[in-house]
Amino acid sequence: MEKDTYQRPAAGQHPANLSPAYKSTPTRSPKQPAIVLPQSLSEITGPSLGAERLNALESDLTRQRMGEPLGERIVVHGRVLDENGKPVPKAMLEVWQCNAAGRYHHPGDQHDAPLDPNFTGGGRARADEEGKYEFITIKPGAYPWKNHHNAWRPAHIHFSLFGPAFATRLITQMYFPDDPLLAYDPIYQSVPEAARRRLQAKFDIETTRPEWALAYKFDIVLRGRNATPME
Amino acid sequence: MSHALTPSQTIGPFYFGTLVNGYRADLAPPGVAGERIELVLSLFDTEGVLVPDGLFELWQANSHGRYNHPDDRRNLPLDAGFEGFGRASTDAKGEAHFTTVRPGRVPWPAGGMQAAHINISVFARGVLNRLATRLYFDGDPALAEDPVLKLVDAARRPTLIAKRDAAGVWRLPVHIGGAHETVFFDC
Repeated sequence: MEKDTYQRPAAGQHPANLSPAYKSTPTRSPKQPAIVLPQSLSEITGPSLGAERLNALESDLTRQRMGEPLGERIVVHGRVLDENGKPVPKAMLEVWQCNAAGRYHHPGDQHDAPLDPNFTGGGRARADEEGKYEFITIKPGAYPWKNHHNAWRPAHIHFSLFGPAFATRLITQMYFPDDPLLAYDPIYQSVPEAARRRLQAKFDIETTRPEWALAYKFDIVLRGRNATPME
Repeated sequence: MSHALTPSQTIGPFYFGTLVNGYRADLAPPGVAGERIELVLSLFDTEGVLVPDGLFELWQANSHGRYNHPDDRRNLPLDAGFEGFGRASTDAKGEAHFTTVRPGRVPWPAGGMQAAHINISVFARGVLNRLATRLYFDGDPALAEDPVLKLVDAARRPTLIAKRDAAGVWRLPVHIGGAHETVFFDC
């Protein structure tokens, strides 16, 4: 058998599909183990969305409407790397989030909090050759959900990345450092304890822009290639 | 230097409308070579209840069996306008509708060819890790020799094989669990 192109995650990196404290998982998790598939061209290739032309406004979620959204303006930036520490150049990042009041611009969100006509909460950016990316946005609010009594989601931003291959596809959530709600959130807590803090951005005073916006740094690490004799 | 993987989290229920810029239910604009097909994927939970807030993504080779990717270095034609990526949400009926072209066959690392297939990612509220599966085509004589299907118990193989309905539309129900649980892959 040929060697896999992409490393297989060790145990303890990702949540268990069945994480019963998150009440949607029992009816939405497979019972049978996934079948381990040797990596063929189907798995080591994947969409780059390289033909997508991004508008500069897509990465600035505060300038997509007529006026400025309400809330605390923030910079969210970081690098997209692989497990070998190599940048993932030109990686496409997609983000979505609720507004400062904790309400999504989505018909399914019925939380009794105001919508902001100047904030839809969706954005895209393409990392540069060094894997660096940056979004300007508004710090999302916490919001209640029905998972259990007095359940609140900690403030978070959803991230979607493709990486270089079908095998590297990742959807995740970025949280803010030391949010007290993290201790009570079954979605965050579904991640094995040793890996959880990787989902917390770091407050970044160096990138914080004086008189303008606090900055948070969130590096994202995708699966890396196995070493080959040529490398 | 080793870096620790970023853990996966659910897509949640509220991606629609914000991810919508990245939607594409029609993978093959006019002029793309190959047999044009309509494809309907439907999504069910472990109790057979349809999932109206799921997201399907497709990744496929073109009709010549070539992936639009730098790691597919074979001397086969690429089609202008065909990337091979599709994305659509499930609707109130739990269905996602796509139009594309039937993919060509691609090789298997240990030798031989795989039967024509489309790679599928499934995301939904309550799904903490991307679920990866495949779609094959009923009636394809190459199914019998497909090296991936050979890894799957014969009784479960039908969960990967789309069937053509009376209107000519290819349909594949994807069951996250239950009696008809779809085969998912760790790739």
